[in-house]
Amino acid sequence: MATVDSDMPILIVDDYKTMLRIIRNLLKQLGFNNVDEATDGAAALQKLRDRPYQLIISDWNMEPMSGLQLLREVRADSKLKDLPFVMITAESKSENVIAAKEAGVTNYIVKPFNAATLKNKLTAVFGAF
Amino acid sequence: MTAATASRRTADIDEDLEARLAALVRGHQGLDPADLVEVVESIVSSAQGDLSSVNLRLYTEIEALSSYIQTARSEIASLRPDEITDEHLPAAGEELEAIVGATEQATNAIMEAVEQIENEAAKLDPEAAGRITDAVTNVYEACSFQDITGQRITKVVNCLTHIEEKVNALLTAFGQEITPKGDAPAPRPAPKPAKTPASGRPDEHLMNGPQLPENAISQDDIDALLASFD
Repeated sequence: MATVDSDMPILIVDDYKTMLRIIRNLLKQLGFNNVDEATDGAAALQKLRDRPYQLIISDWNMEPMSGLQLLREVRADSKLKDLPFVMITAESKSENVIAAKEAGVTNYIVKPFNAATLKNKLTAVFGAF
Repeated sequence: MTAATASRRTADIDEDLEARLAALVRGHQGLDPADLVEVVESIVSSAQGDLSSVNLRLYTEIEALSSYIQTARSEIASLRPDEITDEHLPAAGEELEAIVGATEQATNAIMEAVEQIENEAAKLDPEAAGRITDAVTNVYEACSFQDITGQRITKVVNCLTHIEEKVNALLTAFGQEITPKGDAPAPRPAPKPAKTPASGRPDEHLMNGPQLPENAISQDDIDALLASFD
């Protein structure tokens, strides 16, 4: 389990700007200030290839590239494949969770979520902080 | 051929038969006309019955069916299905879009205000700041309703689009009969795409959007499902 670096670069991906703002603020409350944003999977993939990140938090349902497609692209990329990838989505069917897990998701949060759930999932990835 | 024409023709045939029957009886004294009629009827019956009568009944049924369809067309026309696609559905879509815009605007205003409160809280003593931060966190969490609402509205817009397609198919099928002034339905532009329309993405079948509470699985269920892979 990795050591928590509160300055680690995090990429959050969502097509709702309000949700980006909420996640950014919640991460800030948890002590993470180095947060970057993208509004779909394709834009996120470009950012991931341009600079290093240590965590991806992504929505699923986006155009033109969905969160699941982004996850698959990340896992297929030799330089990105080990990045922790947390899906935060309103898709709350078992088939979605299974598909994400099979694609290599690190953790899965269903919307609407609370700050405690976000903290728990990050703790599961990086250890207590 | 109308029913009246058919009826007249049947009457003419009856008169002709009666005349020929009378002549036949005159030429064959002792022949009972009733016996002759019975023989003729028996022959006609063996040839699938009275053909002109069957045709008449069939025609009457078809005419009734035609009248029924015409009545149905009139009733559908009175519903003005063209208004559904031209006015009601677009208006409903615009109203729904306005809801999304208004909730987004309101949510952003709330977020800005709360962010200011959070910044000011940092200047207070730690205990008070902590309480304010907890309250601010609750507001952030609650603001995620805008995302869920937007996705639910997208599902409704997709339903409206589906209804529009069905009504358009109805208009096309009935054509000039149910459009005002006898005009054929004008080709409509493609409906404005919803936020997440079908687009051929490989995971399109998994785009179900927010579920109703009774259909959704909880975060605990998801955690258990993920753990089952370990």
